[in-house]
Amino acid sequence: MHRIHVIIAMDPHTIAQGARSIKDALVKNIDLAGLNQDVRVVETGSLGIYNKGVVLVVFPDGIYYTGVKLEDVSEIVSEHLVKGRVVTRLRYSEIPEESRAEEKAPRFGKQVRVVLKNAGMIDPESIEEYIAQDGYEAFGKALTELTPKDVLKIVTDSGMLGRGGAFFPTGMKWGFAAREKSDEKYIICNADEGEPGTFKDRLILEGDPHAVLEGMCLAGYAIGAHMGYVYIRGEYHMSIARVRRAIEQAKKQGLLGKNIFGSGFDFDIQVREGAGAYICGEETALIESIEGKRGEPRDKPPFPPSVGLWGKPTIVNNVETLATVPQILLKGGDWYKSLGTESTPGTKVFTLVGNINNPGLIEVPLGITLREIIYDIGQGIPNGRGFKLAQLGGTTGGILTSEHLDLPLDIINLRSVEAGLGSGAMLVVDDTHNVVELVQNFAEFFNHESCGKCTLCREGTGRLVELLHKLTSGCGSEKDIDLIERLAGHMMKSAFCGLGQAAPVPILGCLRYFRDDFIAMAQQNQQRVPVSA
Amino acid sequence: MSDLNRIDQIVAGYQSTQSPLIYILKDVQKEFGHLSEPVLTRVAEATRIPLSEIYGVATFYSLFTTKPKGQHIVRCCNNAPCWVNGSKDVLEKIKEYLEIETGETTEDGSFTLEFTSCLGLCAVAPVMMVDEQVYGNLTPEKAVAILRDFKTKGSANA
Repeated sequence: MHRIHVIIAMDPHTIAQGARSIKDALVKNIDLAGLNQDVRVVETGSLGIYNKGVVLVVFPDGIYYTGVKLEDVSEIVSEHLVKGRVVTRLRYSEIPEESRAEEKAPRFGKQVRVVLKNAGMIDPESIEEYIAQDGYEAFGKALTELTPKDVLKIVTDSGMLGRGGAFFPTGMKWGFAAREKSDEKYIICNADEGEPGTFKDRLILEGDPHAVLEGMCLAGYAIGAHMGYVYIRGEYHMSIARVRRAIEQAKKQGLLGKNIFGSGFDFDIQVREGAGAYICGEETALIESIEGKRGEPRDKPPFPPSVGLWGKPTIVNNVETLATVPQILLKGGDWYKSLGTESTPGTKVFTLVGNINNPGLIEVPLGITLREIIYDIGQGIPNGRGFKLAQLGGTTGGILTSEHLDLPLDIINLRSVEAGLGSGAMLVVDDTHNVVELVQNFAEFFNHESCGKCTLCREGTGRLVELLHKLTSGCGSEKDIDLIERLAGHMMKSAFCGLGQAAPVPILGCLRYFRDDFIAMAQQNQQRVPVSA
Repeated sequence: MSDLNRIDQIVAGYQSTQSPLIYILKDVQKEFGHLSEPVLTRVAEATRIPLSEIYGVATFYSLFTTKPKGQHIVRCCNNAPCWVNGSKDVLEKIKEYLEIETGETTEDGSFTLEFTSCLGLCAVAPVMMVDEQVYGNLTPEKAVAILRDFKTKGSANA
């Protein structure tokens, strides 16, 4: 029996800061100290502390260490693990002692952890640890006590809205597929996360993969599907490995496969890897990609719940959505509704990035304000610089400025200012940046990612880059600003899929709030360059 | 260069998988380095999928390449979260050091420089990926030091 557990966060963020070699050194030093019977080193997903170097927690003491370097390892082992004396110079003191509380969701300041309740708390490679935290209890309850209709009703009544970005009611979507009569139906977990600034799905997959699998099992039971696919971005090597391992473990325990727990319900899950295409996050493009084709979006209708993968009824849900489902089943729709606001129940996982002191993954109830997220949780903007704008929901997201700092964030309020929650990425931009150059960066991204199927997006994104480049390189005029605005307006109305329709959103948003910056740049250009016809 | 017969074996290994083309291309690329015309033609024959369709897939996804690449692939992120943290300067310095533009391979064949879309490592932006290893909190100087390590030792410490 191990007396002490050292938890080390192993995610690409910490690996990029040297976590692997620290773990190896820890194990070696623990062996040398003769403590290998007493101390167990456990890899876990992200602990929610970013940009503070390698992060360790020593349990049962609950002491967090940040910025751990190779040369600190022997001191941690000889002082803390051998003698029980905390190495105070490395201690991270902003985590409250209650963070491993059993009954309530752990709180990091204003955060409420529902989806992330296990992330960083359990070993994601151990199904036993997930089961010990009520894992697969919801699935067991569904199979033994509830009909598929009951499961559907609980999810529908919870008012849950899909967390992939569109916030479509999850229960309603499932209902469409449940009503279809078909010999086969499919559940797809959309883990093709690629929206710039977003990494919530990866950290959920890496920190708590079984929660996603359990959500898929429940979705499958509710609509009558027997096969699920997790479509993961090809670049997410660690997510792919952890989910594959989780599937194997679940099969061994009889939680996936034929006639699960003698209930007569069959369900299996496979991983499908992407091959590098942003557009594959669009659900019909994703389906095309699983079918081995170019990931170009399909014409809708018919929508996937009627005609999806291989022509069968298919539900495509986001990782965060699926990981929340088991808890709704266990705790009920009313509990879920008690979190968040009336229009948008539940919590939302945000990734806080850009010019921010404390970047990272946070989970908060909806209704929180931008000010609380940026200045309380994010600890403000570095080097005392001012706030220029925030972009919410990834690069396709709307633009918020200082006038929106106290707006409670939910879908209704955001819609009123032509923004949305989108993928949950929150990019904070300080006042040292030029907005026109930022918009050019957005346009370059869309031009790179446009799949080329429809003319408006393929050609339109290219023309936007050219027009913006003209402005930033010193030869654009005010006429070009009008042209950008008109072109963006056309794309929004006529592009084939969400990519081309959303690409103009941040561009028009920046024009709405910072038109003066565009005009100033154009006028500067006119002064510099003699006007030609 | 591996034997083209290997392709038949790879395809045969996916007989029980529904729509396996992307998996097949991944394995074939791993074996042959890049997806050349003779290689894709053989895949078409073995899978009985039209070559035009296979070529369409091979050129659609960024992880596939129809041209040979350098020994190490440097993928720089220049999406907005990296950009506001100075990725532009990092990229410029890398181009200067390697003496190539994005999308090109160095003359000695040691590095290919590419863009990557967001890798989801924005909390340690700006970032780049060299082969399968990620590096964060880059400065122009740090990026060059990492590449210099690759040049001399074939790997680097973060």
